[in-house]
Amino acid sequence: MRLVLTEDQRELRKTASAFAADRSPLSRVRKLRDAGDRLGYSRDVWRQMADLGWTGVCFAEADGGAGLGLAEVVVLAEALGRTLTPEPLLSSVMLAGQALAAAGTDRQRAELLPPLIAGKIVLALAFQERGARFDLHRVSTRAEGAPGGYRLVGTKIQVMDGAGADGFVVVARTSGAAADVEGISLFYVPTGAAGLRVEGQHRLDGRGCALVGLEGVEVPAASLIGELGKGAAVVDSVVDRATVALCGETLGGMSEAFERTLAYLKERVQFGVAIGSFQALKHRAARVFVEIELARSAVMAAARAVDERAPHAAAFVSAAKARCSDAYVLAANEAVQMHGGIGMTDEHDIGFFMKRARVAEMTFGDGAYHRDRFARICGF
Amino acid sequence: MADLEALAAQIRAVLEKEVSANLRGKAADPKAHVWGGRRPAAVYPEALEWLALAAKRGWTAPTWPKEYGGAAWTREEAKVLEGEIARLDLPPPLVGFGLTMIGPTLLQFGSEALKREHLPRITRGEIRWCQGYSEPNAGSDLASLQTTAVRDGDEYVVNGQKIWTSYGDLSDWMFMLVRTDPAAKKKQVGITFLLVDLATRGVEVRPIRLISGASPFCETFFADVRVPVVNVVGEVNAGWTVAKALLGHERSMIASVMGSGGRRDVPGAWDLASNRLAALAREQGAADDPLLRDRIAQLSMDELCFQLTVQRAADGAAAGQRPGPESSMFKLYGTELNQRRQELMLAIRGPQALGWEGAGFSADDLQQARDWLRSRGNSIEGGTSEVQLNVIAKQVLGLPD
Repeated sequence: MRLVLTEDQRELRKTASAFAADRSPLSRVRKLRDAGDRLGYSRDVWRQMADLGWTGVCFAEADGGAGLGLAEVVVLAEALGRTLTPEPLLSSVMLAGQALAAAGTDRQRAELLPPLIAGKIVLALAFQERGARFDLHRVSTRAEGAPGGYRLVGTKIQVMDGAGADGFVVVARTSGAAADVEGISLFYVPTGAAGLRVEGQHRLDGRGCALVGLEGVEVPAASLIGELGKGAAVVDSVVDRATVALCGETLGGMSEAFERTLAYLKERVQFGVAIGSFQALKHRAARVFVEIELARSAVMAAARAVDERAPHAAAFVSAAKARCSDAYVLAANEAVQMHGGIGMTDEHDIGFFMKRARVAEMTFGDGAYHRDRFARICGF
Repeated sequence: MADLEALAAQIRAVLEKEVSANLRGKAADPKAHVWGGRRPAAVYPEALEWLALAAKRGWTAPTWPKEYGGAAWTREEAKVLEGEIARLDLPPPLVGFGLTMIGPTLLQFGSEALKREHLPRITRGEIRWCQGYSEPNAGSDLASLQTTAVRDGDEYVVNGQKIWTSYGDLSDWMFMLVRTDPAAKKKQVGITFLLVDLATRGVEVRPIRLISGASPFCETFFADVRVPVVNVVGEVNAGWTVAKALLGHERSMIASVMGSGGRRDVPGAWDLASNRLAALAREQGAADDPLLRDRIAQLSMDELCFQLTVQRAADGAAAGQRPGPESSMFKLYGTELNQRRQELMLAIRGPQALGWEGAGFSADDLQQARDWLRSRGNSIEGGTSEVQLNVIAKQVLGLPD
């Protein structure tokens, strides 16, 4: 495992950074929010990213992708994360798309992956449930046998980019008790299916999600993705990979928040001097710097550990997520504090990072969850 | 690449045939570490043989020029030697500040005469060196040092006191900073880097006892000590530049030792199950305490991230990239990790770790108490954590004075 960017990865970083600066600056996030945009992102910008090949980065060449890995995804995610770019890289590509790529039948993959990668359709993975906190196996949504297929009953909460999605990969239980690993299955449900209720939501970071009610949604047998009752392994693997992608995004956000704070410390004058000359603020800024550097190493290692199928890759993923969760929150909280009063205004942009940091922290498991997982993997 | 492989094979043959097998596996054994000097400490006789063999081949300082006792090797070739030594888990043939601090400094700033006089004796382990920087009134503010050197003919007369001299009582020579121009407008300009034979009349060394017990630190007193003018390294009154270069070497050395208790494996092959803290917790019946478990997990993750950052810096350097800012945090974070490790081990052991002496305490318990006490100094020595934060803020983040 070499923790350096290749020439190609540096090139990707350059292109993605330029795109984020030119076509997806932070001001977009504010505009979408102020307009109450239902999607919280732009299908048009998403298609531009698809045209650049970014949506297909980690899909196999056989599925129409570039056959690259998480090492490339985190470079992309970081660049986009700097400007809080809201397009559905995490939801459509890393969650729903990768679930189909991992477990879908040839037919499902042939039908859904090309338009997904082309940015023509957006799919969402509906996995989270009330009361489950971060436990991916705590699934109460039921998939009962029905003539010709299954009948889905239950509620999924905060489905990322659920509002406006063209279809859902739904995680439901076909057998077993509420928290059992065995008995979890994945189903494809197209938007508009009878009994499917999608109510749009916005989270405090401005991004869209949905409350998805499944009130006796009937799906044909061919909508089963992967093996019946064996879906937990797919969900675990897909979420781990998406976690690494999210960590990449947080690296971008925390770095940007930090750099804006440094700039402010150097220019803001009070008591006749730049406030960046105060030792207390210097020391706190140095601490944030240390946390970001450690996070960067953890993310690079986690991406490469997963790509290289290293024996304890999940431990690296947990280390990265725990660190990034805490580092982004720290950097963003310090950013607001060091900006003083204006940091608290809606008019100033710095608050956006703090909001995104909190949502990112609680997506796919927070620091405490991942410390526990890390300890279990290490055998203590 | 083929040349390096051939070199590795040659080195391996020498190590396997000519270095005593009794030294294998003793890389971390203090009795196998030769510091050298006029009054050397007792070590395994095989270690002295290894030193003699290595010195003859220029292997104690392989990248130094041959005329000074080195092998004139490149950094890559030296790494091959390190690798072969590590393969057999042999101790290094020689350790000491001569090799790590004053040697590289003399190569950079020393006169030809000083290089010829001192470097070969360093490589052969004949002379042991110590550092004379800090004074009771010049710690973090090192530039305010007051030990004076007054010119008298072709000698300097040195008066003053140095403190925190590691192994001062076991060393033969000292490289020190003295004030040669008390009237200089800026205190840094007025400091000279001087080499002193501690056997000179007027030198007195006293060991310092720490809160953790005996320590290698000493106070060194200078009363009219006469030092030849030719022992100046670099220019008179330009010693601060020499000192800064040497401080950089010292901080990297401390940081690399502190990170994760000396473990050097590549994280990819990191054996997570052999987590020492977790094993201790299980042994002490503390593994089920959720708070301790969370602290152990946090520290283990932090140690992993630190190792990965050290590796990232090394991988970047190997790929020919300019050094990144991440290395500026190594001393700061590495020392804090060690302190947290000691605190956590204390917490895991509980009241058993409070013993100072007497029955009812195991050797490990007694050592734990001392290790924890000693670790409190890690964030102070070699540049305090506060100074490290200042350096990061100024040099990396560009925050104003």
